[in-house]
Amino acid sequence: MSANMVALAYLVASVFFILALKGLSSPESARRGNLFGMLGMAIAVTTTMTLTQNWTLIVGCIAIGAVIGTLIAKRVQMTAMPELVAFMHSLVGLAAVFIAIAAINNPVSFGLPEVLPAGSKLELFLGTFIGAMTWSGSVIAFLKLSGRMSGTPIVFTGQHMLNLVLAIVMIGFGLWFFFSESTNWTAFIVMTAIAFLLGFLIIIPIGGADMPVVISMLNSYSGWAAAGIGFSLGNPMLIIAGSLVGSSGAILSYIMCKAMNRPFLSVILGGFGSDGGTAAATDDGTQKTYRSGSAEDAAFLMGNADSVIIIPGYGLAVARAQHAVKELAELLHEKGVNVRFAIHPVAGRMPGHMNVLLAEAEIPYEQVLEMDEINSDFANTDVVLVLGANDVVNPAANVPGSPIYGMPILDAHKARTVMVVKRSMGVGYAGLDNDLFYMDKTMMIFGDAKKVVENMVKAL
Amino acid sequence: MIGDIDPLIINLTIFVLAIFVGYHVVWNVTPALHTPLMSVTNAISSIIIVGAMLAAGPAEMDWGVWLGAVAVTLAAINVFGGFLVSQRMLEMFKKKDKKGSA
Repeated sequence: MSANMVALAYLVASVFFILALKGLSSPESARRGNLFGMLGMAIAVTTTMTLTQNWTLIVGCIAIGAVIGTLIAKRVQMTAMPELVAFMHSLVGLAAVFIAIAAINNPVSFGLPEVLPAGSKLELFLGTFIGAMTWSGSVIAFLKLSGRMSGTPIVFTGQHMLNLVLAIVMIGFGLWFFFSESTNWTAFIVMTAIAFLLGFLIIIPIGGADMPVVISMLNSYSGWAAAGIGFSLGNPMLIIAGSLVGSSGAILSYIMCKAMNRPFLSVILGGFGSDGGTAAATDDGTQKTYRSGSAEDAAFLMGNADSVIIIPGYGLAVARAQHAVKELAELLHEKGVNVRFAIHPVAGRMPGHMNVLLAEAEIPYEQVLEMDEINSDFANTDVVLVLGANDVVNPAANVPGSPIYGMPILDAHKARTVMVVKRSMGVGYAGLDNDLFYMDKTMMIFGDAKKVVENMVKAL
Repeated sequence: MIGDIDPLIINLTIFVLAIFVGYHVVWNVTPALHTPLMSVTNAISSIIIVGAMLAAGPAEMDWGVWLGAVAVTLAAINVFGGFLVSQRMLEMFKKKDKKGSA
């Protein structure tokens, strides 16, 4: 194929990638969008094949990747989506580093001059260090999300100073690589090693519930890494696809930060929050009282209500209670109760996590509403059922001076009756006591979300 | 005139315009589909498989080619894993035969 034909094919592939994202504007067009994405990728890969010589090797590697990728995609539990996405980001990062190393080793195979010009070196430097940070950051995110590593932030004194110094040293080695006449492997290797280390160090202080931001940020990184490689290879398709992904991840990070009312920088610097745990001591020393009830009482109340709003949180994902919840919603529906679901943007561990779980349980998405769509309805609602959520329904967000002041919350406290399913009175991620739990109209139901909901279903 | 321009500038032009396209397209994605958005974009970012294939391409086999081959495998896991898991999720968002939902 001539270079022009290749470039045109790449253009077609790029357009398909844009259409893939455009399709996601509604659930009806989303599947077609995904098909466009696959088509774009197929065109890109087939076209690139004509530029290579080791067909057996390449086809073999793609086949291995295809088998592994397909198995993972078929077997993964929907509750494990956040860690799967983190895992896949890490692959993109690592691949970017390998490509950059191979390009420095043999520039000619990429259509670059034998001796790398300064511009290409700069681009390779950018691609490598973003790729390396994506890899190691994603590995930590994966370990934290899958529970193989505690979600509690790891902080130590001088942490940010250390990161800053490392970043400066890394840039120093980058410059040395950049200004060296011949290929300076030492500088390149040291720089890459520091980038790997920085990726680890940047993610370890960030706590579990800030993961929606981290995972979106790494999503963004993986896109910029692809764009960086695109610059080095002078390949507009990589630049376009990479920028689409990069801006998508950046927008998601922004949306997540906004939903927590925390500046992006404060999330990234980390150290906020814990895994929950110890019960909060009250400020004034008095013991606050709360009312607890059984699943049967709750079922009775919901069965007699006109309207019920269910607020799912991370606890639902941990307990894998989505199918039990669906049964509950159906039973209530048969009794003529208007059942809806209210989703806070940061519920769960990644953007849209709850929506996917509810969709998996075949809950019609018309019943699943976003915060802005449903918040005004709480005041006219008989019963709110909070399932494993805490900070996103904490009215302290409306109290000036509270650490979460200004965070948009679901107005569960405005409903006539509130029922909270929780494992214990332990505090949420923000480490704050939740006044909602002590209101007169609130009933606490202790236990695993799945078991409690199953008991409710039995009682109905 | 276009021949006098450094390719870097042309690439930069493409880069900036693509960010604008990405910005506008992504803001239109419905929040309910943010998880599939992440998995689709993840699959798209494995477009670097193109670079990996070029690295694995030369007939003269040295360690760079093998490194490229590993990168092809990693990226291919992502291509298939990313698109297929997105497909699986999006199937779930299909409109159900309405059972009682008004």
